Amino acid sequence: MNLLGRLNMQALPHDPIIIAAVGGPTLAVVIAVLVLLKFKGVGWFIKIGTYIWKEWLTTLDPKRIGVMYILVALAMLLRGFVDAMMMRAQQATSVGSSHGFLSPDHFQQIFSAHGTVMIFFVAMGLMFGLINLILPLQIGSRDVAFPFLNSVSFWLFTAGMILINLSLVLGQFSAAGWLAYPPLSELQYSPGVGVDYWLWSLQIAGVGSLLSGVNFLVTILKMRAPGMTLMKMPMFAWSVLNSMVLVIFAFPILTVTLALLFLDRSMGMHFFTASNGGNPMMYVNLIWAWGHPEVYILVLPAFGIYSEVVATFSRKRLFGYTSMVWALGAITFLSFSVWLHHFFTMGAGANVNAFFGIMTAVIAIPTGVKIFNWLFTMYRGRIHFGTPMLWFMGFVVTFTIGGVAGVLMSVPAIDFQVHNSLFLVAHFHMMIVGGALFGYFAGLTYWFPKIFGFKLHEKLGRKVFWCWLIGFLLAFVPLYILGLMGATRRLDHYDASQGWQQLFIVAGLGVVVIAIGIGFQILQLLVSIKQRKQNLDTTGDPWNGRTLEWATLSPAPFYNFAVVPEVTDRDAFWASKQAERAQHAEPKTPRYTDISIPKNTPMGMCIAGFAFLFGFATVWHILWLAIIGLLGVIITVIIRTTGDDHEYVLTAAEVEKLELAAHARNYA
Amino acid sequence: MINVPATQNTEVIKAYEPDSKTMLGFWVYIMTDCVLFASLFAVYAVLHKNTFGGPSGRDLFSPSYVLVETLILLTSSFTCGLAMLAAARGARKSVLTWFGATFLLGFSFLVMEVTEFSKLVRDGDSWHRSGFLSSYFTLVGTHGLHITIGLLWIAVLMTKISRGNMDANMIRKMTLLSLFWHFLDIIWIFIFTIVYMLGVIGV
Repeated sequence: MNLLGRLNMQALPHDPIIIAAVGGPTLAVVIAVLVLLKFKGVGWFIKIGTYIWKEWLTTLDPKRIGVMYILVALAMLLRGFVDAMMMRAQQATSVGSSHGFLSPDHFQQIFSAHGTVMIFFVAMGLMFGLINLILPLQIGSRDVAFPFLNSVSFWLFTAGMILINLSLVLGQFSAAGWLAYPPLSELQYSPGVGVDYWLWSLQIAGVGSLLSGVNFLVTILKMRAPGMTLMKMPMFAWSVLNSMVLVIFAFPILTVTLALLFLDRSMGMHFFTASNGGNPMMYVNLIWAWGHPEVYILVLPAFGIYSEVVATFSRKRLFGYTSMVWALGAITFLSFSVWLHHFFTMGAGANVNAFFGIMTAVIAIPTGVKIFNWLFTMYRGRIHFGTPMLWFMGFVVTFTIGGVAGVLMSVPAIDFQVHNSLFLVAHFHMMIVGGALFGYFAGLTYWFPKIFGFKLHEKLGRKVFWCWLIGFLLAFVPLYILGLMGATRRLDHYDASQGWQQLFIVAGLGVVVIAIGIGFQILQLLVSIKQRKQNLDTTGDPWNGRTLEWATLSPAPFYNFAVVPEVTDRDAFWASKQAERAQHAEPKTPRYTDISIPKNTPMGMCIAGFAFLFGFATVWHILWLAIIGLLGVIITVIIRTTGDDHEYVLTAAEVEKLELAAHARNYA
Repeated sequence: MINVPATQNTEVIKAYEPDSKTMLGFWVYIMTDCVLFASLFAVYAVLHKNTFGGPSGRDLFSPSYVLVETLILLTSSFTCGLAMLAAARGARKSVLTWFGATFLLGFSFLVMEVTEFSKLVRDGDSWHRSGFLSSYFTLVGTHGLHITIGLLWIAVLMTKISRGNMDANMIRKMTLLSLFWHFLDIIWIFIFTIVYMLGVIGV
């Protein structure tokens, strides 16, 4: 038996593009380390290393976990974006006798990786990152319900991320599309390790998401500040609640689907094979029974962010709060009854298609309710055009265009025409980039000062926004037209007589503009850190906010609130500011109490590390390593769950000292 | 949840309050597991006729054998309940006895299931044979995997109980375990009905 399974020297990269993609960043890191080593010495590295280990990698503080989620997601955004640039470059140049710079197989791997990375490791990462940062603060809680589980979730997410990127170095990635439809993804047609990398990367990250879903649902239901009834919750908290309900119902389906495909590939079972009684269309049904709710999992929290931003920047209470809550609920419910619209062409019959077509059109109603409520919130508001507000207004435009295209495609007869075309690609990018991603960017700008204590550079933020908006429209509006002209998705080559090239070039230019926007984003971060003194937030309330996260210090201390706030009104912090102003009351002297805080632990990282080993070993069929990975997970879980001493007490005196020091710093 | 008698020290009762988070969290986890099994049942429902010329449930399943398995598992749920009642009384020895009984019954169930599986494989009716057998092995096997995890959990808890005292924390862990165990019982009832009974009838 081979100790390394399928793994051998052949697995190392041979393609110059891949070697450059892997070698470039590795070389850059090595050089950076060497330079720092020369100027700062070894001691500095040990100091920094211990700091990162003690304060970040082992942390159970949701805010720090949130920051790590966001860092991973932004790194993955760069990776997924490079994939996008390569696809656009290929499609702009690969016409007629010219065949572009990518082989068909490599092109297939790139679009599969692009979709997988963007959904699972960018969108999900940014979403869970922002939830971790803000949700506990917003409901007036000191922590999440299960801090340790939160760390496990994050590290499982990271393990999945590492596994998917490892496929660049060892072996190859799946060439079967981001959802790996069988029979193409079955062993017979995809015998390599690509699909296995896809399977295990998503399986590990997916379990992490599921655990997060349980965690945040319980956090919202059980840990709200006293007085905060459900109908007094901020809209972001409501949107997260709905999104987490979807996670809880949808992700187990993904777990099962991935497991069944794995059993097909590794155990010779026949769930989705084209022979021996398998049923490939069952896979498509199952994956979309997860996949459609997934779209709403991503976009609902973004809706929540828009609701916060539009109310704060219009200096008005959110219009139609109750109808917003019901709209969220309706979307959550309906999102499970539309999955078949992803494959109207399957041939389920006219009646089935009619049902799912109508349900799909119906889901536009609660979404429309939300759009109108946001517009009515702006109506007669005192609008401040800060960057978060710009993202919101850009979203209204792009999301409405994309949404109307969606309603168009909900008619099965039309869908038959544009199925699998670039029209569809344009539609769902308008939903996920123009809907979800813009929202996350708004959220990042809006909540940045709460976490770091200073605002992001406003002027550069505007440049970021305009580059993204213009580049995004340039990149995707041509795809609508191309789709109507008959261009299908996933083309690596087409004939010159089609007359598509000009539009593909325009789309390519759009991506260049987005790239400039991303450049500004990096610049914005660097400049903001350098000039943080100019943008310090000493009040804790830089935007004249309405909800509880603004009631505490910026940066928020690790215990969130020195004194747990009491809630009497919907916009709790706004109401308390109004009351203070009306009564000219001196702020009450706070009465501090002891706070119990979970101790930092590397166990979450250990569990995910073993899960990673298990996934890696299973991809390469290395039996002994898989056993070690599995036993490692089991034993670490047992050690953690049987131990008891997981918390320490921060005494009232210590809290007071910390609070006074923070106030002194802010007045200095 | 079990009632804690008034004679118990107050610390135990106080410790129940933050527990409501763990209890809700565990219920939600069970819900996700329910969805997981629901998906597997759906897959079975789609594939159970796809025998590809191989044997169907009617040819393979023995109702009396499965009935014995079922009774063993139901009894294990009963002993698990007795263990929880003993825990409420604070009777450590009975807790250990009844959990021990639960473990043995669960283990016997698992042995019977593995025996059944290996017989099928020996006779050439393994999961390679057809879509029906793939989904049968996966659905029933996933339940078996849960039972295995449950057994491991019982073993770990019994070790802890036999060493330390039964404080509120331990009682909470036992409550979660018993929830899990009863849940597996309910799933089995569905497997018994949908897979075996309907299979024998040939629906």
